[in-house]
Amino acid sequence: MSPVLSMLATTPTAPDVIVFVVGALMILVGALGVIVSRNPVHAALSLVLTLFGIAVLFIEQQAEFLAAVQVIVYAGAVVVLFLFVIMFLGVDRSEDINDEPLIGQRPFAIGLVLVMVASIIALGSEAKWAGGSHSVTGVTTGPANNVYELGKAVFTTYLFAFEATSALLIIAVVGAVVLARRSSTANSEENQPALQRGGAGDERGETQ
Amino acid sequence: MSIPASWYLILSAILFGIGAFGVLVRRNILVMFMCIELMLNAANLSLVTFSRTLRDIGGQADVFFILVVAAAEVVVGLGIVVTIFRRRSTAIADEISSMKD
Repeated sequence: MSPVLSMLATTPTAPDVIVFVVGALMILVGALGVIVSRNPVHAALSLVLTLFGIAVLFIEQQAEFLAAVQVIVYAGAVVVLFLFVIMFLGVDRSEDINDEPLIGQRPFAIGLVLVMVASIIALGSEAKWAGGSHSVTGVTTGPANNVYELGKAVFTTYLFAFEATSALLIIAVVGAVVLARRSSTANSEENQPALQRGGAGDERGETQ
Repeated sequence: MSIPASWYLILSAILFGIGAFGVLVRRNILVMFMCIELMLNAANLSLVTFSRTLRDIGGQADVFFILVVAAAEVVVGLGIVVTIFRRRSTAIADEISSMKD
């Protein structure tokens, strides 16, 4: 019996199983919704479902702070940003998902992904770190002190990474401003027709 | 006892596979971006699982930084999408082919 099967054979308590199954169903249904929905807005809303499922499983694993951050940053900010860009560009038209521009792209992609997932699972079932030997020297992540432990780790062990993150955020803000800025000088004639077409939104389908 | 780590890892692998499949077959840039977010979340789920299994808070700190980097990545990526849309007025990856033509 492989280690994965032996791990599957252990019996967790019923509430844990229920929470896990609900979270896993949210994640998988949402992820499938992202890749099969023709409308980008529906894909964004399915992404919200997946992110909430991830937050549920974070709470199940006593990572309360990350669950809160997941909901606030991902479901709050990132998906709203996606929806904002979708509406701003007026690309909320349905995409014809059935035509396949490259012959055999989808069967090849399915095969590739199946091989990849199978190899990840096989790697996890072979390696000891997947199921087994636990470190006994690390900190515990109990429900009462998760935020305390995480804050202590971020501001001591990972302090340099934290500071580098602040620099990264500044650079990202500046980069976004530079990218999204309408330059008023040389290429304004070049930008202007595209902007008018983009602003038209729904009528764009007729002009193409 | 709580849920075994292998359940989470299998779920994480499946979620990563779905995200990779979406990036390979979808042609709307925004949907491809959302699939990249799916893959990032699969990695986050496995990191939190290892953090619980190994009783080490470092995995959760990694997830914290990945969240920040993902937010910055979305900001810059969507800025690039908006710029491409202004120039070419399309959000379909196949139609952005001026290097090929």
